[in-house]
Amino acid sequence: MDIMQPTFRINPEPGKPAGLRPWVPYPSDELCCEPVTHIRAKNLSIAYQDHQALRNVTLEINRGCITALVGPSGCGKTSFLMSLNRLTDLIPGCQVSGNLHMNELDILAPTTDLLQLRRAVGMIFQKPTVFPFSIRKNLELPLREHGTHHRTVLHSAMENVLQQVGLWHEVKDRLDHPAQALSGGQQQRLCLARALVLSPDLLLLDEPCSALDPLSSGIVEDLIVSLRGHVTIMIVTHNLAQARRIADHIAFFWSFEGSGTLVEYGPAQAIFENPIHELTGAYISGTRG
Amino acid sequence: MVTIPFIWIMGDLLWNGWDQLSFSFVFSAPQNAGREGGIGPILISTLLIVGVCMGTAVPMGLGTALFLSEYTRHDHVLGRLIRGSLDVLAGVPSIVFGLFGNALFCQILGLGFSILSGGLTLACMVLPILIRTVEESFHAISQEQRLSAAALGLSKTTTIRRILLPAALPGLLVGIILGLGRAVAETAALIFTSGYVARMPESLMDSGRSLAVHIYDLAMNVAGGNPHAYATALVLVGLVFIINVSSSWIASRWTSCNRLSA
Ligand SMILES: Nc1ncnc2c1ncn2[C@@H]1O[C@H](COP(=O)(O)OP(=O)(O)OP(=O)(O)O)[C@@H](O)[C@H]1O
Ligand SMILES: [Mg+2]
Repeated sequence: MDIMQPTFRINPEPGKPAGLRPWVPYPSDELCCEPVTHIRAKNLSIAYQDHQALRNVTLEINRGCITALVGPSGCGKTSFLMSLNRLTDLIPGCQVSGNLHMNELDILAPTTDLLQLRRAVGMIFQKPTVFPFSIRKNLELPLREHGTHHRTVLHSAMENVLQQVGLWHEVKDRLDHPAQALSGGQQQRLCLARALVLSPDLLLLDEPCSALDPLSSGIVEDLIVSLRGHVTIMIVTHNLAQARRIADHIAFFWSFEGSGTLVEYGPAQAIFENPIHELTGAYISGTRG
Repeated sequence: MVTIPFIWIMGDLLWNGWDQLSFSFVFSAPQNAGREGGIGPILISTLLIVGVCMGTAVPMGLGTALFLSEYTRHDHVLGRLIRGSLDVLAGVPSIVFGLFGNALFCQILGLGFSILSGGLTLACMVLPILIRTVEESFHAISQEQRLSAAALGLSKTTTIRRILLPAALPGLLVGIILGLGRAVAETAALIFTSGYVARMPESLMDSGRSLAVHIYDLAMNVAGGNPHAYATALVLVGLVFIINVSSSWIASRWTSCNRLSA
C-alpha cells in the first residue's frame, strides 16, 4: 500500500475511485451537515524555508460540519489551519502551494482581500489571546474595524455573543474591566465570542481546550457543538475522546520523514470503528503516536 | 551598596547648595559670570534644548523602531545594518557628537551656535538608545497577539495603533526617561553646538547655555563659582527627579485609562 496516498471515504474528486474501499454514505438520519462543499483543498503543500511541513493534502469539507484534525505533534495541523485564513503570510519563509477554495473564493490567490477573508474565517489559538484592554473593547475592536460604529448596535452584538458563549452573566457587571483579569476558561470563551462577533462562516480552532481545566474545557466543547450547522468548524485536538464526542468527520494526519500529510479522512464513526489505514488504527488505539 | 554613592552625592549637593537655593535664584538672570544672580535664562535654554531634542527624537525613534520590528524581518540585511550602526552610535562619546553636530547643524546647515543645533545634536545622541528600548518593547509583545489581531481581519494600522503601541508604551517611556536623562545632563555635545551664552534666549536660533554647561563653567572657569555650581546641580538633579516621577505617573495613568475606557 502506498502510504502517501490518502484513503478517502468522502470522495474528494467525483469520478475518481474513493480510497481503498467504496465510500460508505451516511445513513440519512445521521446527516450532520449540509452536503454542500464549503472548503476544498487540492494538493495543498506548505513549506517553511526548505522544510516541507505538509505535502499534498486533498480534502473537501461540508458546510456546517465539525471536522477534527488529529495526528501526532509536528504533522502540520496548525500549518494547515493557518493556510485557510492566510496567516501563513505572516510567517517569514512560509510557502503555500496547491489549491484552496472556500465556496468559489480562491483563498491562495494573490488578489484575495485578506481582511475580508479573515473576517469570514475566525480562529482560536491554544492559549487564549485576549488583548490587553477591557472586555468591551476586545469585542468592539473587530466590529469597529469592519464598519460598525453605532453604540447600541455594538452593545447588542456584544451582549448576543457573550450570551452565546455563556459569559454574559459572569461578566455583565465588569465589561469595562481588563480582559486579562478573567480566568483562562473565561478568556478562551471571550476569544471565541470575539471571533463569533464577526459572524464567521468558518471557525478554525487550534487545540482550544488543551490549556483549560476539564470544567472549562467541557463548556467550550458544548459551545462548539452548539455551533454545528451554523458555522463550519475545523478543530485540531490531541484529545481523541473529545474528537469522538464532537466531530462529524475526522482528518487523520501523519508525518513521514518530517513532512506531514493527510492519511485518512472520513466520518468520525467510521474512522473510530473501522479505520482503513493501519496507522490510523494504531493511533486511535493508542499504540502509535 | 549602590545607595552609598547616591546618599553621598545627594548629601554633598544639599550641604553645599541648599542655602544658595531660592526662588529668585531659580528665576533671575546670572550676574558677574554666575557668581551672583540666578539661573533663569539657563533653565529656559535647557528646557528648550531638551524640548527640541525630544520633539525630534521621539517621533523618529518610534518610527524607526516600528519599521525595524513590524516592517522588516528580524534577519533582514537592512534591519541588521540599522541595528549595527545604532549599537556603534550608542557607544560613541558625546564629544564626538558635539563635533559632528557642530559640522552638520552649525556649519553645513547654517544654524550656527543655537538652541536648535544643540537640540538636534542631542537628538542624534539619544536616538540609538531610544530606538533600541522601544524596539525591545515591540519584540516583547507575543507573536500570538499579532496573529490573533490578523485573524480578526484587523488591518496592520489598527493592529499597530490599538494593540502594539499601547503595549509598547511603557518601553517608550523608559526610553524617553533614559534619553532625557542623557540629554539634560549633557555638556560636551552642547559646548560645540548651542554654545554658552547665558542671556535669555529669544528664539530657537539663539545660542543658549544649558544647566550642565553652566555647572561646568562655574566649577572650572569661574573663581568663586562653586556655591552656585552646587545650587545649579541641585536644580538639575531636581529636574531629573521630576522627569522620572511624572513620566511614571503618566505611564500608569495611560495604561489604566487605556484598559478601562471603552
Ligand atoms: N514558524 C515556523 N518556522 C519553521 N518551521 C515551522 C514553523 N511552524 C511550524 N514549523 C514546522 O512545520 C511542521 C508542522 O508544524 P505544525 O505546527 O503545523 O504542526 P502541528 O501538527 O500543529 O503540531 P502540534 O500538534 O505540536 O501543534 C513542524 O515540523 C514544525 O517544525
Ligand atoms: Mg499545532
